[in-house]
Amino acid sequence: MPRVWKFGDQINTDDILPGKYAPFMVGEDRFHTFAFAHLRPEFAQEVKPGDILVFGRNAGLGSSREYAPEALRKLGIRAVIAKSYARIFFRNLVNLGIIPFESEEVVDALEDGDQVELDLETGVLLRGGERFALRPPPPFLLEALKEGSLLDYYKKHGRFPGE
Amino acid sequence: MGLTLAEKILSQKAGREVRAGELVVVEVDQVMVVDSIAGSFFKRLEYLGATPRYPERVSIVIDHVAPAANLEVAKAQKEIREWGRKHGIRVFDVGRGVCHQVLIEEGLAQPGWIVVGSDSHSTTYGAVGAFGTGMGATDIALAAASGRTWLRVPESVKVTFRGRLPRGVTAKDAALEMVRLLTAEGATYMAVEIHLADGAESLGRGERMTLANLTVEAGAKAGLVVPSGEILDLYQVPGWLYPDPDARYVREVEVDLSTLTPRVSVPFYVDNVAEVSAVRGKRVDQVFIGTCTNGRLEDLRAAAEVLRGRKVAPGVRLLVIPASSQVLEEAARDGTLLTLLEAGATLGTPGCGPCMGRHMGVLAPGEVCVSTSNRNFRGRMGAPDAEIYLASPRVAAASAVAGYIATPEDLAPSQEEAHA
Repeated sequence: MPRVWKFGDQINTDDILPGKYAPFMVGEDRFHTFAFAHLRPEFAQEVKPGDILVFGRNAGLGSSREYAPEALRKLGIRAVIAKSYARIFFRNLVNLGIIPFESEEVVDALEDGDQVELDLETGVLLRGGERFALRPPPPFLLEALKEGSLLDYYKKHGRFPGE
Repeated sequence: MGLTLAEKILSQKAGREVRAGELVVVEVDQVMVVDSIAGSFFKRLEYLGATPRYPERVSIVIDHVAPAANLEVAKAQKEIREWGRKHGIRVFDVGRGVCHQVLIEEGLAQPGWIVVGSDSHSTTYGAVGAFGTGMGATDIALAAASGRTWLRVPESVKVTFRGRLPRGVTAKDAALEMVRLLTAEGATYMAVEIHLADGAESLGRGERMTLANLTVEAGAKAGLVVPSGEILDLYQVPGWLYPDPDARYVREVEVDLSTLTPRVSVPFYVDNVAEVSAVRGKRVDQVFIGTCTNGRLEDLRAAAEVLRGRKVAPGVRLLVIPASSQVLEEAARDGTLLTLLEAGATLGTPGCGPCMGRHMGVLAPGEVCVSTSNRNFRGRMGAPDAEIYLASPRVAAASAVAGYIATPEDLAPSQEEAHA
């Protein structure tokens, strides 16, 4: 069952992937193995595909480096829950097909190491017998996510969603 | 109800009046790509089966690790040069400088333009009245392929700087004060619209770049300085490029420049801003003067003014990295460079330098750095426990001489001053 990896407020993209481990510094094949190298060195080893990342306020502030969320995607992350997002990180998540859920209550309720099930389309999150409802992403993003990512959408339709 | 500057620019581009909250797809005037994401950019274009729709609207800048620090980077930068030649795309190579400084110098950001860059500090273009915003590799590739991008029209926070800076206080101190007031998330998804009034219009283009640069540290999508003063002399500013007097703002903040004192941003958050007096005496191992925030001629001159007739303290490294080759040439011509070198500074290739902890001044465990850059996040410049204090070039230079965090006023008189 997917587990929750919970982080605090103001987690920046240097925390998620330090600049010195950018793909163009260490190679496309291994940059993701350095995700959270400073903050939580065991993360990249122990994370399993489908695990859920939980952040507090202003998740992903700082550098526009898309390779930070790309490292998470390579490690199999498909959904993130945060109290709020920094804007470039939010766009990058959507563009890579990682769903950015937003909820103060659910973030407060979840604990690091929780075993959960999350339905990515409906936003229904189950922890044991408990049920939480996350708001699904807005239509513009959902349209893009249905094709996989914004890149996939543009490739298929030759235009942006809603255009 | 009137329109903000961000609404004005996006309305002009959308061809209809648009308001905060609307989604728009707009033409992009310039797409800026940096070396560190160029590989991802190429891969995404290849996946789309596309090449840049308007090659003249794309610039690639080799600045984030320039010159190459290792084989991976060397290979990536070789690919940039080859790709640029193949597709007729402008490449600014090693030594030309930091992307934002280079684009401004080259006239590739103009008032009323939309400039998207693969670097979060693309807000810097707001200094000249351009809607500059940072994006990731996918958005940047789509902008290059389509010539357009999608944006949510942002709400705006109005920041008014009034009056004149006291001697020894700089635009960097004003910018840090702005981030302190707004906090790291106070302008998330928003534009910061900067008004200069009651003497503050005299701030030059470089100082406006420092202000616009730091707006992203409050989460801003764009940092737009209302054109005035020097900008009106340097650029053709369209008549429509001003906010309406009855525009609606989410929040309005005022900063009185005349009472401002030197500021530092204390690790590990940019909005953790204090007066220098709060951290005075903190031992320093390295001082870094440079970057898109403070690597311009006036910054090097401000540092030289402090360093003239003085020496860097034993055990302290003073790294000076001009923001561009043009800055380097001008600093060489007017003697600024010699003053810095005589004081004990060491000079690096124009570019981003150690700002991202990749080369040219990586910090060891436990080390302390005073930097004129824009981020003091944990591990940003090297070891996770190394500390970065962000400050103005004057405070940085004074700290290099003192060996601890200080202002020029804390230093003993230089030999020249003593003889005067």
